[in-house]
Amino acid sequence: MNLKFKNKRIAGILTILPKRVVAFEEEMGNYNFPEKKSLRLKKIMGYNTHRIAAEGQCSSDFCIHGLQYLFDNGMLQKDEIDALLFVSQSPDYFMPPTSNLIQGHFGLKHDMICMDINQGCAGFELGLMQAFMLLEQESINKVVLMNADVLSPKVSIHDRNRNPLFGDAAAITIVEKTNDDEDIYVAVKMDGTGAKSLMIPAGGFRMPCSEETAIEHEDEAGNFRSLNNLVMQGDDVFNFVQREVPPMIQDLLERAHLTADDIDWYMFHQPNKFMLNKLADAIGVAYDKMPSNIVENFGNASGVTVPTCISFNLGEKLEQESYQMCLAGFGVGLTWAAIIMKVGNLSFNRIIEY
Amino acid sequence: MKEKIVEILTDLRPEFDFTEDVDFIEEGMLDSFDIVSLVDELETNFGIKIQGIDVIPENFSTLDKIETLLKKSGAA
Repeated sequence: MNLKFKNKRIAGILTILPKRVVAFEEEMGNYNFPEKKSLRLKKIMGYNTHRIAAEGQCSSDFCIHGLQYLFDNGMLQKDEIDALLFVSQSPDYFMPPTSNLIQGHFGLKHDMICMDINQGCAGFELGLMQAFMLLEQESINKVVLMNADVLSPKVSIHDRNRNPLFGDAAAITIVEKTNDDEDIYVAVKMDGTGAKSLMIPAGGFRMPCSEETAIEHEDEAGNFRSLNNLVMQGDDVFNFVQREVPPMIQDLLERAHLTADDIDWYMFHQPNKFMLNKLADAIGVAYDKMPSNIVENFGNASGVTVPTCISFNLGEKLEQESYQMCLAGFGVGLTWAAIIMKVGNLSFNRIIEY
Repeated sequence: MKEKIVEILTDLRPEFDFTEDVDFIEEGMLDSFDIVSLVDELETNFGIKIQGIDVIPENFSTLDKIETLLKKSGAA
């Protein structure tokens, strides 16, 4: 699905990370693998440290902390928010929507739209797409996009293939109207036949959590996890990404009448270093234009990795400069999406801890 | 080339005999993370780049298939 927008901009990005830092070496003893083998993978995949929420901290807590920071520092006014989007796979409750809870916490105006979107790895791009759509309306001038996931309680600590990769985080992105009429090119694709490649089998209405679903089993690779835990068919996801993402990017570049070299930064979802380097090779991009340092520093926090990548790698520089960016996310759904747009001259672009 | 491949495979999974005429994937001798490590070692040792789209278990199931992949990727 190809979409195109005009007169929209990202005005600011705030990434909120948990304070707790956990090193790969601290957890290596939990895994059923020789140390040499685990350390080899550490280098290739980019395992190093990841950020883990404190017990009881939910995704919404990070969003509330971030919004309070913006309000307190005069970076956002409560009454200028026309829509609050919460993109996550870890809501506080099945019902009500977490976005409504956040609206209620701050006592925001009633004349606004709150919306939860269940998306993961492509959640930043899907969230931006929804924000752009809302901003087509005359009555909507500013959208607050919150990407947040605290999935660590759902990842088995005995699963070396998944646990070291994941992290918890949130990001708040302010999206607004602008007179600048630069085109924004968006591509979104979905394939629900692969939906079970990345899932948490138990805990919903189809398979409620029970004593049986909490029992850990060993998989064919030697990892231990239960049906309550996140499971990823690594081969399937890797192959899907390598097969589908490069042609989507090439097509998007053609639509935008750009070459791969015209893009200053490829800010991609951060599943692991190996996958990103293979994507960079396939698209024909130098590794330094496609940062792959989020897993090693913070872990993969699903739809939060792209704004984290922007905040971590560009920081205040993006408050003075503007760059042509290609943003891309791919994973759970299966969903893959990309956006080519100018990003820059932001009011803020920083990381805080909570 | 095959001798070097066996050497790399044995270093990865010393508990298996990779000279046997078996399917390494079906026999559980290589899992997906072994393949990632194997790709890294093959690229370093043979000075090549293996395309991401070629990193599928079928291409690593026998010595012949690994050799074919290496040649396709530019190994002499």
